[in-house]
Amino acid sequence: MNSDTPLIVSTAGRAGRRWWTTDPASLSAAALLVTIAAGCFIVPLMIPMDPLAMPEIVKLINLPPSIDHFMGTDQSSRDVLSRLLYGGRISLSIAVFATLVSVTLGTAYGAAAGYSTGILRSLLDRVLDALLSIPRLLILIAIFAAWPDASVKRFVLILGVTGWYGVARLVRGQVLALKTRDFVMSARAMGATPSRIFFRHILPNSLTPVVVAATLGIGHVIVLEAGLSYLGVGLDPPAPTWGGMIQDGAASIRNVWWLSLFPGLAIVLTVMAFTILGDALLRALEPRQKQRDD
Amino acid sequence: MAAFLARRIAQGLIVVALVATIVFFLIHSAPGDSFSAWMDDARISEAVRERWRHLYGLDRPLVEQYFRYVTSVLRGDFGFSISKQRPVRDELFDALPNTLLLMITGLVGGFSLGIGTALAQVRNLGRRIDRILGGLSLLFFSVPDFWLALLILTGLTYWLHLPIGGAYSAVEYNYMSPIEQVVDRLRHLVLPALTLTLLYFPIIARHQKAALLDVLPSEFITTARAKGVAERVVINRHALRNALLPIITLIGVAFPALLTGAVFVEKVFGWPGMGLLIVNSIRANDYPLLTGSVIFGSAFVVAGSILADVLYRQFDPRLRDEL
Repeated sequence: MNSDTPLIVSTAGRAGRRWWTTDPASLSAAALLVTIAAGCFIVPLMIPMDPLAMPEIVKLINLPPSIDHFMGTDQSSRDVLSRLLYGGRISLSIAVFATLVSVTLGTAYGAAAGYSTGILRSLLDRVLDALLSIPRLLILIAIFAAWPDASVKRFVLILGVTGWYGVARLVRGQVLALKTRDFVMSARAMGATPSRIFFRHILPNSLTPVVVAATLGIGHVIVLEAGLSYLGVGLDPPAPTWGGMIQDGAASIRNVWWLSLFPGLAIVLTVMAFTILGDALLRALEPRQKQRDD
Repeated sequence: MAAFLARRIAQGLIVVALVATIVFFLIHSAPGDSFSAWMDDARISEAVRERWRHLYGLDRPLVEQYFRYVTSVLRGDFGFSISKQRPVRDELFDALPNTLLLMITGLVGGFSLGIGTALAQVRNLGRRIDRILGGLSLLFFSVPDFWLALLILTGLTYWLHLPIGGAYSAVEYNYMSPIEQVVDRLRHLVLPALTLTLLYFPIIARHQKAALLDVLPSEFITTARAKGVAERVVINRHALRNALLPIITLIGVAFPALLTGAVFVEKVFGWPGMGLLIVNSIRANDYPLLTGSVIFGSAFVVAGSILADVLYRQFDPRLRDEL
């Protein structure tokens, strides 16, 4: 992952201009995301589509892409494009909400670990270290093997609860570094209460990496959700998700390639856009980082 | 060093124990047990099922089952796989070498390609090559593991006349000469290893490029350039050597990612490793095999990260005496 609109070239005209005018890659990434989101959430409202309709399960199955069906039809004569857009709704919503859950948990834990002192802090640190070294996919497989056919709500919760350790580590480091900065010291010297120092001075300043991690994290969850669906341990089958659609076409990919190709491309484009955007946010929000990269 | 190692190993054991506990209680909270699916046959009477449950200790209190499981795991006994009708340990030991082979080739491939990409980018900073390579890394970074494996499997096996799955030819293998056997295994390894390499190199390339760009403003680089050392030598010799160190830590970080990648790659290519074992045990409702392989996989990842820490200390003398 590397959004290399070369900074060396673009920094000359950077002063005084907004980052998006000097960074066409992130502008197009943002435009792409808006298009994808609009396609998934608005287009189906205007054009009647039914991702579950099986109009003719003998004559209309496995049709290649054509004018009637831009992305062809699947084994049950369902329109792949409709399924792709509805699947995008589910996949994108899952990714966004799961990331919200994990970012919230991670910020709370990281802030607690960074701001606490003594035994409590070393305890919180140890627990975080342990959680960080657990392979997430294996735990998820165990969870979904034990409780198969999760509802969307439970699926989101489980992904969120297993995904916050990285954010916690980021926030912890940030809070720890801010705690000793001069402006925090002077606030303390002026008699600010610990909770005021924390909520007014430390927390707002430590949220930059969280925004970046959240942007990158959404892409990560999309891939993870797809992978779980492919392993057959994700959501209930009838609801289309991008990963589930790839899985549906995987067995016949050589002949009926459109079933797996289009949802795969949708995932790649979405994740690429989130990654470019995350990198651009990092450069825009973290000027020190920018100088170092330059 | 010894104290450091002891501390890391103790930490690692705690993590594995934590995973084992979580997974054990998770799996046992599932509705039904291995026998409800395995013996889903009207001709098997309830009495027989009860007898089997009793033999496998599934009728005892959960806490007792847990302690029995933990003590037997500590003895190296992971229970008996119901779907394979073999001890779980034997299944794990059969799968481990295959996974190791796949992961190590993927690791070596990913590091080589990643470092090469970063060098090419830094040498051509801001030029078209840099942008193209950056775009390619971004593309492969965003591709879902199993989708890339599927595309490579469908696209390349046909044109390259490579086998479509498994670790070696099922029937002919036993009739081959030793050299043919090695060739046969390599032909089976090429595409899964290529997939892992392509999945892993973008991460290395990105970090390696950042590390190189960190080193380049150093004074010793300026000195080398001032002495008239060729730019290629400056980057390949002076800068790269100093920028390799941070990359070593990535080996440890790599293990969870590689194992995750291996799960999908093994599933798609039918590579008989630990990933395929885990996936098949879900399908078969084989709880002893699932529990055992998840615990074993976690121990494997933890061991990998300890190994990377040790390596890092070996390469960086400044850290050797620290705790």
